[in-house]
Amino acid sequence: MKKELCQVVSNQSIADSIYELTLSGSMVEEMKPGQFVHVKVSSGLDPMLRRPISIASIHKEKSEFTIIYRKQGRGTSLLAEKKPGEFVDILGPLGNGFPVEEASVGSTAILVGGGIGVPPLYELAKQLVKKGIKVITILGFQNESAVFYESKFAEFSETYIATVDGSYGTKGFVTDVLSTKNIGGDILYSCGPTPMLRAIEASSYAPKVYLSLEERMGCGIGACFACVCHVKDDPDGHAYKKVCSDGPVFRAGEVAI
Amino acid sequence: MRSLSIELPGLSLKNPIMPASGCFGFGKEYSQLFDLNILGSIMVKATTPEPRFGNPTPRVAETPGGMLNAIGLQNPGLEKVVTEELPWLEKFNLPIIANVAGSTEEDYVRVAERISKAPNVHALELNISCPNVKTGGIAFGTDPEMAKDLTKKVKAVSDVPVYVKLSPNVTDIVKIAKAVEAGGADGLTMINTLVGMRIDLHSAQPILSNRTGGLSGAAIKPVALRMIYEVSQQVDIPIIGMGGIQSAEDVIEFFYAGASAVAVGTQNFVDPFVCPTIIQELPALLEKLGYDHISDCIGRSWKKNEQPAYHRA
Repeated sequence: MKKELCQVVSNQSIADSIYELTLSGSMVEEMKPGQFVHVKVSSGLDPMLRRPISIASIHKEKSEFTIIYRKQGRGTSLLAEKKPGEFVDILGPLGNGFPVEEASVGSTAILVGGGIGVPPLYELAKQLVKKGIKVITILGFQNESAVFYESKFAEFSETYIATVDGSYGTKGFVTDVLSTKNIGGDILYSCGPTPMLRAIEASSYAPKVYLSLEERMGCGIGACFACVCHVKDDPDGHAYKKVCSDGPVFRAGEVAI
Repeated sequence: MRSLSIELPGLSLKNPIMPASGCFGFGKEYSQLFDLNILGSIMVKATTPEPRFGNPTPRVAETPGGMLNAIGLQNPGLEKVVTEELPWLEKFNLPIIANVAGSTEEDYVRVAERISKAPNVHALELNISCPNVKTGGIAFGTDPEMAKDLTKKVKAVSDVPVYVKLSPNVTDIVKIAKAVEAGGADGLTMINTLVGMRIDLHSAQPILSNRTGGLSGAAIKPVALRMIYEVSQQVDIPIIGMGGIQSAEDVIEFFYAGASAVAVGTQNFVDPFVCPTIIQELPALLEKLGYDHISDCIGRSWKKNEQPAYHRA
């Protein structure tokens, strides 16, 4: 973990309101798939807090990494204005990341992403394939204009797309694809909206399941207790996990979602 | 750094800069980023007798120049704080200020009695101003008689000096300050957060699950300065000031208002290196302003018969 001024290499729209930002910085050396960076989008006071954004791809050989974000509020709108050559104040990498080591060589991994939860699965897919693991990817979006990275995943994995309105791919949710195509595997990794993660947790598409959670954060390093969740075994008790530093990736059944 | 040392009841501070309670946990996370030994002190997270989970999420919401939080005093409880968190901090050369919280008078007394015996706890910060818990907390901090009474009871059991953390959510903060001084407080810390709210545009509901939260950050700095200015002229005990501090210049402003040390809160989330940066920049700023020592700045905005620094030989 370090704080670094990272230089913008490129920053472009890749789908409706979705931006891909590539940055250059030495912190890339420490990065693992599923981790995130805490981005200071403004040097002023509005917005003041950093924005947690997951790491979509890691290019150690070039000292570059890519993050993908949805331009939604004031903070991400400011980020969308960053031009190549400008610097962005980044704290990272943060969080635990997806356990690549839990997938064994020759096995099949299912990657399930929803909307802005898709990006961290891309670096994961690259690393799993490199390790000799078969990857099946199911990505869900609102509609056709929101779809991104389909061809990138398709380069090395069997890739399915679902859209809520049916304007592209299978009509419905990622779970509809999983059920109708009868997809199964040895391990499943997922990131996306909480209802999607709950549906995956409640099913049995793979014996090992890892879920990446999203929560409003303060410090991003585990000190402020803003992003705390209950553990599954003690849903009303005092036991807790911090999404930022104990997560954002948890084994299914570890925390109450 | 001789120009920065400050002596306060129970606290020999190598510099008057410390992270504020609730914004720095028990130090472990930030120790991965810098050597905690450079700090003046740490105000550790509020401790209650039993573990507390706190409020449901969302617990934070943003606003220009500030943030709202409603964590709800989440902490591992007195036993774990005394046997794990505080001993971990013993490896640093730091006088710790322990934040004492609770729902009842008995809670405060129980925590204060035990935590004040921890070898590295040199002072207590009596938290009678948390706006995010249903019972206790702010109730004690908005009634002068209750505040005085609780201060007395905690003083009676504490092995170390007691600083009382004041709430800005009152009509007359001077009255509360005088009451806790009469109750035996050794110092004051001020201000806690201001109660506020944000409402989501789409759901039409408050963003925070607790509905309201405590506003902190640069937005509250003028309120903190005004209150420290008023209180410091009316009491004879020192004030550790806090509320929106971001820079060495802000620190000097708080000293001018009447603070004798300061704590940095929300800005740690924005820049985890804010405390080390301020500590590094303060000596040059003091020199530029013409002060030999930071204590020369205390209360300078209201003290009579003291020439501005640039008038001195």
